[in-house]
Amino acid sequence: MVLNCRHVWEYISGYLDNTLDEQTRADVERHLEHCEICSAVLDSTRNILILTADDRIFELPLGYSERLHARLRKAMSEAPLPSDESS
Amino acid sequence: MIAEILAGRTEAFHDLIRPYERSVYMMVLSMLRNEAEAEDVAQETFIKAYRNLGRFRSESRFSTWLIAIALNEARARLRRKQPALTDSIDDTEGSVVPAQLTDWREIPSETLERQEVRSLIRRALDALPLPYREVFVLRELEERNVQETAETLGITTGSVKMRLHRARMMLQKQLAPQLASAAPKRRRRFPWF
Repeated sequence: MVLNCRHVWEYISGYLDNTLDEQTRADVERHLEHCEICSAVLDSTRNILILTADDRIFELPLGYSERLHARLRKAMSEAPLPSDESS
Repeated sequence: MIAEILAGRTEAFHDLIRPYERSVYMMVLSMLRNEAEAEDVAQETFIKAYRNLGRFRSESRFSTWLIAIALNEARARLRRKQPALTDSIDDTEGSVVPAQLTDWREIPSETLERQEVRSLIRRALDALPLPYREVFVLRELEERNVQETAETLGITTGSVKMRLHRARMMLQKQLAPQLASAAPKRRRRFPWF
């Protein structure tokens, strides 16, 4: 089946996740071979996903872990044992 | 380890949660978009997890259980701030048209050393509608599979796939042109071409 650009955009995620059926994947690839725009959409999406998943995007605040365990210690001392009944 | 904690060795709870400190913070930060509030809600999540540890059932993953608590705590905080907030979204609404460039030069991860590039990406993530942001964070940042994401959020796997796709296209639409102009220009070997 010959796909137009709009069809291909709908398949970008499936293509990246490798969840398209064999025929659709082949149709998408045939389109990508000659379409610069869709190739750039695919490449930029893939690139952006790698960048957004990088640990440097969201860094933990300085002292986060120490403050967390200090507060936890206080809460645990108030309720010494976890219970099945508490909410 | 959980059995030990329930039997009274409560100090072990600190070790139990250490691998998940970052995940929980990321989840709530992505929802609340405020660092101070995210830290507070992350702390409350772990306290709640401690108090309810007896309810944890070993057939589910501890991290999944913890993230579900974080999600509920963050949603409750959001509702207190914005009582009209709704989780509903029309999964059948129109598709997102991506940014159409004719060329994409790969932006290497080293570019993230630049504060302005990190800010661009954070702003784009923050701009996603909440239901898309939740799915995006669980799938792309927390690396949960479609089934786990659907269970955590209480939506269908079809909705997870649809929302993830739209979130990705929204990010591409916003970020591709911005990153293309923010990325360092490659030095041309033959500048007269």
